Amino acid sequence: MVDYIHHLLFGVYPYVALAVLAVGSVIRYDREPYSWRAGSSQLLRRRQLMIGSVLFHVGVLLIFAGHLVGLLTPIAVFDALGVSHGAKQLLAMSAGGVAGVMAIIGASLLIHRRFFDPRVRAASCFSDNMIILLLWIQLALGLATIPLSAQHLDGHEMVKFMTWAQGIFTFRSGAADAIREVALVFKLHLALGLTILLLFPFTRLVHMLSAPVRYIWRPGYQIVRSRKMAA
Amino acid sequence: MKVRAQIGKVLNLDKCIGCHTCSVTCKNVWTSREGLEYAWFNNVETKPGIGFPKDWENQDRWNGGWERLRNGSIQPRMGGKWRLLAKIFANPDLPEIDDYYEPFTFDYGHLQQAGESKAFPTARPRSLITGERMEKIESGPNWEEILGGEFSKRSADYNFEGVEKEIYGQFENTFMMYLPRLCEHCLNPTCVAACPAGSIYKREEDGIVLIDQEKCRGWRMCVSGCPYKKIYYNWKTGKSEKCIFCYPRIEAGQPTVCSETCVGRIRYLGVMLYDADRIEEAASAENVTDLYQAQLNIFLDPNDPAVIAQARRDGVPEAWLEAARHSPVWKMAMEWKVAFPLHPEYRTLPMVWYVPPLSPISAAASAGRIAANNGMPDVRALRIPIKYLANLLTAGDEEPIAACLERMLAMRAYMRAKTIGGVIDEEIAAQVGLSGRQVEDMYQVMAIANYEDRFVIPAGHREDAEDIYDEKGSCGFSFGNGCSGGSSDTNLFGAPARKRLQTPTEVF
Repeated sequence: MVDYIHHLLFGVYPYVALAVLAVGSVIRYDREPYSWRAGSSQLLRRRQLMIGSVLFHVGVLLIFAGHLVGLLTPIAVFDALGVSHGAKQLLAMSAGGVAGVMAIIGASLLIHRRFFDPRVRAASCFSDNMIILLLWIQLALGLATIPLSAQHLDGHEMVKFMTWAQGIFTFRSGAADAIREVALVFKLHLALGLTILLLFPFTRLVHMLSAPVRYIWRPGYQIVRSRKMAA
Repeated sequence: MKVRAQIGKVLNLDKCIGCHTCSVTCKNVWTSREGLEYAWFNNVETKPGIGFPKDWENQDRWNGGWERLRNGSIQPRMGGKWRLLAKIFANPDLPEIDDYYEPFTFDYGHLQQAGESKAFPTARPRSLITGERMEKIESGPNWEEILGGEFSKRSADYNFEGVEKEIYGQFENTFMMYLPRLCEHCLNPTCVAACPAGSIYKREEDGIVLIDQEKCRGWRMCVSGCPYKKIYYNWKTGKSEKCIFCYPRIEAGQPTVCSETCVGRIRYLGVMLYDADRIEEAASAENVTDLYQAQLNIFLDPNDPAVIAQARRDGVPEAWLEAARHSPVWKMAMEWKVAFPLHPEYRTLPMVWYVPPLSPISAAASAGRIAANNGMPDVRALRIPIKYLANLLTAGDEEPIAACLERMLAMRAYMRAKTIGGVIDEEIAAQVGLSGRQVEDMYQVMAIANYEDRFVIPAGHREDAEDIYDEKGSCGFSFGNGCSGGSSDTNLFGAPARKRLQTPTEVF
């Protein structure tokens, strides 16, 4: 039974979550563009947001990039580069730890603001409240893995997660087996992470897909729209 | 030369009575919705005062508008593109809602439902954001109405720069004027430049600046970028909104709601042709005092055959060229030089212009200590300091303002001589560089201000833009998701469900 649930959570659920993430986001972008926004509440209350939001966003972006590169780069690449598993793990723990602390301090400030500032609370909907709490828990779980990882610095455990993640993305059967033996806190972190992916299209998180990087190379500053039909 | 046309606007402050009809009709049509209670696409300020939102003219604080770099190019004062994006998580240049005001309503129901008591029941205020009781209303959209509040606070007005302001705090020397404000629909808008999502755009056919509500992601840089603070962040929908210049009315050849309902008949709408290739050049003028003239320089004479020919090549419809030849905006801005842009030093090349107000002669002049020439008082003896008006309208250059006020005084003297004295005194007109005919034309447009003289608006040409047949049976203005009306009550994607319209029969 435990095996069955493990397979369901880490073998099947990832595909469900990723499919909902992809399809849900596309449908929302297409059908509900008016709802696609960052949802800033800075106008209503500046206090706490100025520090909280910057810490949170910078921290989360670093963590996101770290997870993306760390989990999905084939281990052979690191081997070829001469980065030992232990060194990679140490890097992940230290950089991730710093970013995680930044993010969780930011998230704590944002949560306090969202739940205890009357204006921000009044302007929040259920999904706003839920997602910031889930993100805080996820950050806490992520940070909680660091002391555990510190007990085995050879990078062996870390490679298990890489094997799992790459197995999922390359459709290997039995990918979930790679992480069967890892500690519970890792499993919780993974399961909640997948859940956040699942909820992604239904929350304000979609704004990260609209990160306005194109602005940098948008030619000039002005935009003029013509309604003349192409001749 | 690339000819583009824009519906420009002039507000004759000399006739504004500060009745706020423009603001109220605009509010009722466009912003009486949750999330925008605090927003006034059009508002009327009493000057001198710090305005709405508070201190909006202080660009050292808000960083709105453009700045000229040492190499002669311009960039938003908020910073270049990287600097601007760095502000995306928390924007230090964004006003808080208290800089506008916390929107409120009153417990009107209590007036009807209160039990018997010795004192009259009162309707106490309640916040429209939180719904909670507000013990004190700290601010409002028109907090300085008719010089309300202490002079020490109002005199933080940025336009007092270079004016010995202390004496205007004295009752005998005080002055005031009204300043109705709306989006300037600039030729070089900073809001467009600052929008990282690229959702704000200027319409080629009529120059109206709009926010694409489906493309806006609520990064709120436009709010800071606009030096006039005329973009409002809708805290409910998370999108920014702004004055749309009543484009559905303009397209139909009708004036905007604020213009239509102006009881003082101070608002004018007309076509201006300009050279789109020279916008950047004009906005980059070296000295801020050159910007007014630089903007005049890119306006194109609608009677010039070369302009007409190029305009036709650039696709400006014939009706628009015809309207441009009768444009009241052209007459006031270019022919008579009595209208000026609001704060040209922001380098946005605004397209809502203002005729400065005359004011009573100050006590010193009426006591005979200041020279009057030919029965016309020296405009520098008027109660509103010229420097103040110049700071508002010409980046501090007093000469154009003085010339304008002289022309307006001359118009009065000329018409007085004509209607009371029965003489046509060309001399008066000549003194201010006009002909008697021009002065009478000025009188017709500015004093009589008939509807057809104020509003010369050619209808839009939608038939050029789309196949009208496809539009058959489609919906009008709606919020997102087309006009399906098929959206479920609970929004799947977490946006708060919108209040549905209730018919009176459902209520009772």
